[in-house]
Amino acid sequence: MRLPCPLCGDRDRREFYYQGHAVMLERPLRDAGANAWDDYLHNRDNPAGETRDLWHHEAGCGAWIVVTRNTVTHEVLGAILAENAKKTGAQA
Amino acid sequence: MVKLIAKSPCAGLLPKTIGTVTLTEIDAGRMTLVAPFAGQKKSVSDALKSSIGVGFPAPNRTSGTTPRAVWCGRGQALIIGADCPDLEGAACVDHSDAWAIVQIDGADATALLARLTPIDLRASTFKRGHTARTLIGHMTGGITRLGVQSFEVMVMRSMAATLMHDLTQAAQNIAARADVGD
Amino acid sequence: MRIAGRGFNRSARAVTFTFDGQSYTGRAGDTLAAALLANDVRHVARSFKYHRPRGVLTAGSEEPNALVTVGVGPKQDPNIRATTLEIYDGLAARSQNAWPSLKHDAMAINDLLSPFLSAGFYYKTFMWPKSFWEKLYEPVIRHAAGLGALSGETNQDTYEKAFAHCDVLIIGAGPAGIMAALTAARAGADVILADEGTAFGGRLLCETYDVNGRAGEEWAAQQLARLSDMENVRIMTRTTVTGAYDQGTFAALETVGSRNPHAPKECFWRIVAKRSILCAGALERPIAFPNNDRPGIMLASAVRSYLNRFGVAPGEAVTIFANNDDAHRTALDLIDAGVTVACVIDSRTDAVALGDYRLVAGGQVIATKGRHGLTSITVRDANGTHDIQTDCLAMSGGWNPTVHLTCHMNARPTWSDDILSFVPTDGSIPNMLVAGAARGVFSTLGCLADGIAVAQDTIRELGLTAPQIDTPTAEDSAYRIEPLWQVDGKGRKWLDFQNDVHVKDIALAVQENFRSVEHMKRYTTQGMATDQGKNSNVVALAVLADATGRGIPETGTTTFRPPYVPVAIAAMGAGSQGHGFAPERHTTSHKATLDRGAPMMEAGLWYRPSYFPKPHETTWLEACNREVAMVRNHVGICDVSTLGKIDIAGPDAAAFLDFVYCNTFSTLKENRVRYGLMLREDGHVMDDGTTARLGANHYVMTTTTAAAGQVMKHLDWVSQALRPDLDVRVASVTEQWAQFAVAGPKARDLLNSVLDRPIDDENWPFMSCGSVDIAGVQGRLFRISFSGEHAYEIAVPSRYGASLFRLLTAQAEAMDGGPYGMEALNVLRIEKGFITHGEIHGRVTASDIGFGRMVSQKKDCIGNAMSQRPGLLDPEREQLVGLKPVEITGKLTAGAHLFVDGADAVSENDQGYVTSVCYSPTLGHDLAQAFLKDGPNRHGDHILLVDHLRDVQTLCEVCHPVFFDPTGGLARG
Repeated sequence: MRLPCPLCGDRDRREFYYQGHAVMLERPLRDAGANAWDDYLHNRDNPAGETRDLWHHEAGCGAWIVVTRNTVTHEVLGAILAENAKKTGAQA
Repeated sequence: MVKLIAKSPCAGLLPKTIGTVTLTEIDAGRMTLVAPFAGQKKSVSDALKSSIGVGFPAPNRTSGTTPRAVWCGRGQALIIGADCPDLEGAACVDHSDAWAIVQIDGADATALLARLTPIDLRASTFKRGHTARTLIGHMTGGITRLGVQSFEVMVMRSMAATLMHDLTQAAQNIAARADVGD
Repeated sequence: MRIAGRGFNRSARAVTFTFDGQSYTGRAGDTLAAALLANDVRHVARSFKYHRPRGVLTAGSEEPNALVTVGVGPKQDPNIRATTLEIYDGLAARSQNAWPSLKHDAMAINDLLSPFLSAGFYYKTFMWPKSFWEKLYEPVIRHAAGLGALSGETNQDTYEKAFAHCDVLIIGAGPAGIMAALTAARAGADVILADEGTAFGGRLLCETYDVNGRAGEEWAAQQLARLSDMENVRIMTRTTVTGAYDQGTFAALETVGSRNPHAPKECFWRIVAKRSILCAGALERPIAFPNNDRPGIMLASAVRSYLNRFGVAPGEAVTIFANNDDAHRTALDLIDAGVTVACVIDSRTDAVALGDYRLVAGGQVIATKGRHGLTSITVRDANGTHDIQTDCLAMSGGWNPTVHLTCHMNARPTWSDDILSFVPTDGSIPNMLVAGAARGVFSTLGCLADGIAVAQDTIRELGLTAPQIDTPTAEDSAYRIEPLWQVDGKGRKWLDFQNDVHVKDIALAVQENFRSVEHMKRYTTQGMATDQGKNSNVVALAVLADATGRGIPETGTTTFRPPYVPVAIAAMGAGSQGHGFAPERHTTSHKATLDRGAPMMEAGLWYRPSYFPKPHETTWLEACNREVAMVRNHVGICDVSTLGKIDIAGPDAAAFLDFVYCNTFSTLKENRVRYGLMLREDGHVMDDGTTARLGANHYVMTTTTAAAGQVMKHLDWVSQALRPDLDVRVASVTEQWAQFAVAGPKARDLLNSVLDRPIDDENWPFMSCGSVDIAGVQGRLFRISFSGEHAYEIAVPSRYGASLFRLLTAQAEAMDGGPYGMEALNVLRIEKGFITHGEIHGRVTASDIGFGRMVSQKKDCIGNAMSQRPGLLDPEREQLVGLKPVEITGKLTAGAHLFVDGADAVSENDQGYVTSVCYSPTLGHDLAQAFLKDGPNRHGDHILLVDHLRDVQTLCEVCHPVFFDPTGGLARG
């Protein structure tokens, strides 16, 4: 498996650390309430198809990235820096 | 009067030659990790250019030779071989002692690294002056192409012995292949 | 039997080897199978389940029968296919799964009992009593059935792994692969051409075909030479591509050094290719007729391989049984070599002889004889049955394209009525095309042309210009075949030779309603293990289709899984043993520490000293007690460089720290240090450490040794993904600084003996920090303590670390002090009530460790919201306490659980658990840190420590976790 690091280009999967769904970018406010925090921390969809998830290019440039991929075909559709996804709301 | 004696990361381990490959420690001199603050990359690059003659490098690239700047991750570069000027717009962190740096020369230099790193080392894609942050064995580090058969590898200083182990093992395996008869 | 003047290696030197202890001579370039057949050794193995005598079936990596063991002791390597193993001088191979000998195998009794041992027998028979399965049945069955064995000793062979990258990977170097490589290479693409053979040419090496008017193998060698001269082509011989994975990644196994003890044995490649072309050819399949497994019965293509490539005739009077024209060429080649062809039996009634040999058209082989080797066959045709004396029967049920790799990403192949087999489905593997016999194009000319055409398509996909290449001239005969899967008759008709599955087993599976192909596979073991359906699959599917009344396309196939050939785990994990297992991080004091005889312990990837033994000390505890006393009374030196050090700078550095720590750092004064507690977002403690403010916008954070990487990743996460609005830069400086703790009442005196300017309490109070000079070298000094003593940590650039350690330890020894290790460090911190990851183990909150009030409610921070959940603040939670034995000699153990005295020591009554213990030489008894329900309100209570593993029960007094200097006066003084 290979992932397209927006800074380094296509790299082997072993350079990356996997975090989970990109919903982690949408951190609730401190007083958002127990349900919002429970959702944020614990509840995830398990889509058959496209998904966006977070990877850390740990053994590379150190960038956190949002990868869009298909869980059925394993196709990787793109990646952007998490920083940009957070700042602009862009989707990979 | 006491005196502290400096010791290099690979002291006692290098140089060595195995098969066609020679491993030499590089004493890079002064190294500073420079990370421009938000919106400051251009001004930092300009300040570097005017004071030491090398600009802030693009991702996966180096600039200059001596001194030189080596990109080393998201928003970071190492300024090597010169005192880093005072840069208002960047975090400047002394890294002069943080790295073990080894130069790998020889006909099998590429083959050697191909045993340790997953990146594409083909000369057509990884050219002289290109650099990559990647894995070297189980270690994270940097690889820079210095020439057709010449690379620079840097890993954390504390891992110097493991780097030597991994490079030596790979070089010995390659050298042993040359002895396979038919 | 060797045929003089025949074979690719006809003039090669002689090579001597042994099989089952007997010495034989072969030719360099022979496979073990070829060399054994040249020496008329036909019986080479015993089958998996029934221990039936078996011989060589194939001439390639798909061989199910002829598996041997090579080497002894740590170098013992089982299940090597004799059909791919190249012989070398000194090779010692032996047969497997037979005792006492290959010829007289006691377990052959299984074959006589076979009516009772059919598929599913184990499941039905060994059911009762349940406990017998693990203790009796399974060990007995495992002993009786199986392949070769490992020695049980550590493998001492060297393996390699490596990475390669290319534009086009071409898998297989037969006619299609060679033409595809030439086409792609001429277009300027970076090409890797991999083939599992020792030479390139595929079937051209085994047939008598001409290409462009030259002998096939000569033509192939010529093209190989041409390709080798091209800089953009990488030739990989003896390299089997074993798997196709995501994003153009392939695995490949290269056989390197069986002939050179110093070279790596195998290399496991990971090849990344923009495009790939599968030119893996086709495999001939057997016919299921009664007793079709005797030594001497082999595939027709294998007979031609041994004859044409190695100059070996596998028999003196050969018969051929087939349902297609292709197999007839076996007769022609044998006759040309002067070998007797006793008869060709062709199941097609309209078959015609292609040469001067006896043909039985519309005939079938219905029986065979010869226990250890074929002696005769019985043939039935329209005129009845008759016997034919023969010592070698070449069979061919047709050819199956080698579609395996195209199925590795979950695609299924498509049935083709034209060739009566499966062909790859388009688009099975992204960016892979298939050419030649692998997609059912069987003539040589067809393969050559297909290789060119498919490579041209590939080149265009890469955006390059496809060159025009002339197709060489070659034979273009049509593939004529009629269905023949099984033959009626008495006796077992073997399908899967490796797993001993025969036609009746499949019928039984169907009878018991295991009708789905995947169910049938599991019921019978058909196509399992290394075979992965290579030999047996299509015939077995045809038999299943017949038994269930479905067509083969509806029946479908089982899943071909990687690896295509067996791959040793040692190859995949090459190099990752011993010093290669994980990076070993050494501090700058590593050598000096070893010189002092200190045993090392691992902390994360770091190596740290347990203790520094003195000559008269016989136990670690003696050394530890001395070191503790040394620190408490004089001064000790400890290398603490392994703690993570992270430089944090930028206009928003203070705000960033306020967000990642639960307590506040924006209020910390410059040149001061503060203890910080970091939470996970779920409200539990992640890590702790001290952070120093070096300037208005500049901090240096320390982390625990073990969590340094995790914290760095976390800070990257927060700064990039959660708070990119904060302008802050984070960089590890762990490696830049060598840092040493100087602890004890004489710490300041010691420092003043080495610092260029002396320090005093007024300018360097507790929790201060700043710049200092040591012998002209600029360093950093932090007045912090992890022992409770008056203590400092001094840091210098790492190049001076070794020198400073020697200096500090020498000075300390002059003051009755010295270095101390992890054991003493641990005792010192337990005495003082400091925690480590033994306590903050991932399930505790700030409030559990007594730091609940550190979670500032004036600001948000990571973990703030969740840390306030009622469940995490419940006073009934287990919370940190100290324990000391009621009797001074009482023993405390880590991992023990706590119970109210008198209660049963069972989990329902569990009150808590012990995380850290030590013997305190300072206090003269054991101490522990523990987590106890409502602990802070139970100080003074008695609680029973129970350790079921070590059989310890000790009545303890619950107390405050700080045992030593509770007011902290020593560290401040």
